[in-house]
Amino acid sequence: MHFVFCGRGPSKASVPIFVFIVLSIATVFCPPSSLWAQESPYIVTYDHYLEEPGSLEVEYFSTFGTQRGGNDFQAFWAEFEYGATAWWTSELYVSGQITFNDSTIFTGTRWENRFRLLQREHIVNPVLYIEFENTSGADKILKEIEGHDVESDFADSNGALRQEHDHELEIKLLLSSTFKGWNVAVNPIVTKNLLPSEPWEFGYAIGASRPLGLKASPQHCSFCPENFIAGLEMYGGLGDTQSPGLHETSHYLAPVIAWNLPSDWTFRLSSGFGLNDNSHRLLLRWGVSREFSGFGTAVKRLFGGRL
Amino acid sequence: MKTLPMFNLAKRIRRARIMTALLGMCALGASLLLLRNQASARSRKEESPYAVLATAPEKARERKNPLAADPDAVVAGRKLFEQHCVECHGQTAGGTMRGANLRRDEVQQATPGTLFWVLTNGIVRRGMPVWSKLPEPQRWQIVTYLKSLNIRPSQAQSSSSATENVASH
Repeated sequence: MHFVFCGRGPSKASVPIFVFIVLSIATVFCPPSSLWAQESPYIVTYDHYLEEPGSLEVEYFSTFGTQRGGNDFQAFWAEFEYGATAWWTSELYVSGQITFNDSTIFTGTRWENRFRLLQREHIVNPVLYIEFENTSGADKILKEIEGHDVESDFADSNGALRQEHDHELEIKLLLSSTFKGWNVAVNPIVTKNLLPSEPWEFGYAIGASRPLGLKASPQHCSFCPENFIAGLEMYGGLGDTQSPGLHETSHYLAPVIAWNLPSDWTFRLSSGFGLNDNSHRLLLRWGVSREFSGFGTAVKRLFGGRL
Repeated sequence: MKTLPMFNLAKRIRRARIMTALLGMCALGASLLLLRNQASARSRKEESPYAVLATAPEKARERKNPLAADPDAVVAGRKLFEQHCVECHGQTAGGTMRGANLRRDEVQQATPGTLFWVLTNGIVRRGMPVWSKLPEPQRWQIVTYLKSLNIRPSQAQSSSSATENVASH
């Protein structure tokens, strides 16, 4: 089911309202915590670190994309990430988008689960990622690029794009390694539209990042170098089972930076540049997130569970 | 072109089958996770939370704390502890329902290398996440702070700095 939030002409005010609602709900239900997020700067790539058990992270992300042969857009999504155990994190996404001079629409939901496969740290740490997507063809968050996803796919109006409904299963193997402060993550991606006629699609995301400071300073500070993590991401499609390879695929290179504040907030910024003619010229992304520790305990308490 | 009703019905049946298969997979997955959780909960009850300290490899145990002599390490370690560990181990590191008491002899007598190893690898089956996302120097700062917890006030006064005391442990 798709809801059109407004008719013709985008309501840019709806974005901050959406952020406000999401974060307000979380703030009301979870007390402020002492837990301090140490989030990676990646927006597309995943490393092997899961959410701390019992913690809820509420995130809002926005992607501004340029569009040749159509209208530029701003896609946005909210993530509710919960650490079920130290080896399992579950996450719900709700997404929408504004296409300028067109409309603002809700584009679908995703349910994602990440499972840590090995109990201890190794040189390479694998995590299994399984996601079910229920989205429309108008979904433009570009959270992952796979198969033959190209810029021209998004040139149509929202009215036309939202006629397409996608039920997809997405599987990733998150391989990640941390050494001397550097994190390197590689995510091979396999996606299957659940219609039998649709092929399996492939993609990748690679990232490397490092905090600007490795030692923590003794004083509490917002601008200490250890609060900033900078990195680089690259992601793109690798074709599908019917036509594997790099032809008719899009690829992006994106410098990323995260700023972890002592007040539990994290800000992320990423500027993705298209690497070939099939890619959007620019994908400017930003995100804000806040971690609420003790969410699981609060919910148990609400339902009279044993703590 | 108008779609034939029969074709629509077949499409709906196919979609229903896919959704049923998906739900089935989810239910199976959830059951397996529940079983695994129950089994690990049973083994957790039987096992002391401090038993993991004995499982640290020899090489890891023998690692020296490179920040033991750093005068800022205890303060910075305390800050990091408050940011990342207090939720489970408590404000005074005395333990909670979710995390072990880090003032116990088992912890305080463990080598800095052992504590660093536990911090790095976590105790995933007992709910402690891996903390290798903190850079190595920050993990050593936390270890330095933890090792400073068993220094009694009288001991601290007799020494010129807390970090020298830490190094002696």
